Amino acid sequence: MIPKRRLYELLFLIALVVLAGILIKEPYYQNVLIFIGIHSILTVGLNLLMGYAGQISLGHAAFFGIGAYGSGILTATHGWPPLAALLVAALLTALIAFVIGIPSLKLTGYYLAMATLGFGIIVYIMFREMGQFTGGASGLVGIPPLKIAGWTLDSGSEYFYLVWGLLCLVILLSLNIVDSQVGRAFKAIHDSEIAALSLGIDTSRLKLKVFVLSAVYASIAGSIYAHYISFISPSSFGFMFSIKLVTMVVIGGMASIWGALFGAATITILPEILHVFSEYDVIVFGLILIVVMIFMPQGLTCGILDAWNKSKRITTREGIRVGPKVNLNP
Amino acid sequence: MDLVTQILQFLFSGITNGAIYGLIALGFTIIYNATEVINFAQGELVMLGGMVMIALSNGTSLPLPVGFILSVLVVSGIGALFERFTIRPLKNPTQIGIIIITIGVSILLKGVAMFIWGKETLSSRPFSSSPPIHIGSSTLDPQSLWILGITFGILLLLHFFYQKTITGKAMRACAFNKRAAGLAGIPTQKMVLLSFVLSSALGAAAGVAITPITMCSYDMGTILGLKGFCAVVLGGLGSTVGSVVGGFILGIVEALGAGLISSSLRDAIAFVLLLGMLFVRPQGIFGIKEVKKI
Repeated sequence: MIPKRRLYELLFLIALVVLAGILIKEPYYQNVLIFIGIHSILTVGLNLLMGYAGQISLGHAAFFGIGAYGSGILTATHGWPPLAALLVAALLTALIAFVIGIPSLKLTGYYLAMATLGFGIIVYIMFREMGQFTGGASGLVGIPPLKIAGWTLDSGSEYFYLVWGLLCLVILLSLNIVDSQVGRAFKAIHDSEIAALSLGIDTSRLKLKVFVLSAVYASIAGSIYAHYISFISPSSFGFMFSIKLVTMVVIGGMASIWGALFGAATITILPEILHVFSEYDVIVFGLILIVVMIFMPQGLTCGILDAWNKSKRITTREGIRVGPKVNLNP
Repeated sequence: MDLVTQILQFLFSGITNGAIYGLIALGFTIIYNATEVINFAQGELVMLGGMVMIALSNGTSLPLPVGFILSVLVVSGIGALFERFTIRPLKNPTQIGIIIITIGVSILLKGVAMFIWGKETLSSRPFSSSPPIHIGSSTLDPQSLWILGITFGILLLLHFFYQKTITGKAMRACAFNKRAAGLAGIPTQKMVLLSFVLSSALGAAAGVAITPITMCSYDMGTILGLKGFCAVVLGGLGSTVGSVVGGFILGIVEALGAGLISSSLRDAIAFVLLLGMLFVRPQGIFGIKEVKKI
């Protein structure tokens, strides 16, 4: 059961979504909001994996891509109904995540980062080189709009409600997991895997479960993305996108579902604001990444809250603040 | 061309690439040993080496060795700034945090290079203007010999540095146990800085050496860095010999695979090797199995 406070937070989000849906009709802003929603679905999943289960993935763009290409190929090339294609793509992603997760999740730290990175790049190269299925480097065109029970989604508003409605469901599910016994076990794994093991928690099975779950979130987000923009190319699912996703999670603050939302929004809006720098926006993007990580390693959400507290002279008592610390000389 | 000639040709290019991967992998290893940081911007340092060399040598009559040394110095300076302003200020570094910061640096360097040199692919003149060498019916680019020579020269220098000089010994002590080294009076912070300078210098040397063959563009660093990274994992994270051997294995397997199986899957070969190694023997060929501390 979810605590009342969480339920209110979720109701608040739903109210905001409905309000935004009524007020914002400008296609440009609607488009940005849809992308924030899609990225949020991805980051909520990745946050479960990184923040709660303590496992990094530098290859999450691959799962997003498998969802997108799965849906794209099944609908555009084979004429499947979109919803069936979405489900099949999600199932396929779950299977792949399961198979790749078993050996990967035995690794920790840098090794896990390398394995997921390698996996992501292999999948990216396959999208690029398997031209007869994926359209190769020039991409896959003509993906039909999403159709649910005879109702075709072809306007920005409809996608807006679909994406954010789905996001609310994903958040509800994720909060449920976080508050359940599984969630508490995750926290134990994050703090000390060995302690968790000795308490009888099957850590590898739990890690695998959350890995598969976050991959499925990514796949569904990918399918919707493909139907929404109707054209996909490998460059959207490369190493850089995986990095952006991890950045969203870290900037938003790990182990915080709402932080994931905030991080996704920040990183999605940032390039729009940095538009004035045209293609040199990457310089500013790199600088922001570095500065935030150096000065606010807990993420922007915590960083801003800290600064706020300091400015109001609210001092936190020593020893109250918890969080995993890393020993420089282990 | 018969099969033997072909294979010989692939071996030549594999060994050349392998030497480069080995150099880049060494760069990773030097920093990792001193700081336990994996520097995701290593490839960008290689790119900068090539770019600075092009800027110095094209259109000027600067002698090649001077250009080489100047490029290495410039990039080493960038490496020092990198350590000073992004790694040293960290209070409680976590692995995820370090990964993101060094990726941030790589994005930044790539952007700056694009700003200065634009998006074109640039080239610099080869080290010597002698014609290609014929061995049987396969040919060898003289620049490949330069690359191999530079790699082995650097390896010898590094070996001498680590084994014979007091600074090198201090760095090894740091890699072995930072706190104990600090207690023994070794300025560990300086050693960390030095490791970044040294690794940047290696990267720059690799960049200068390969530019005549591969050309240079602002975005070539990423894939080179990732390949170097694969070489590190193959050889074993933290092992100096391992990174060079890993580099050569990667270069040769990649060249043979690309030539005999499919050249379009060339880049995938490195990462398939990486995954295979991680799943079977994560500590690499030369690594020692980590003992978990409770």
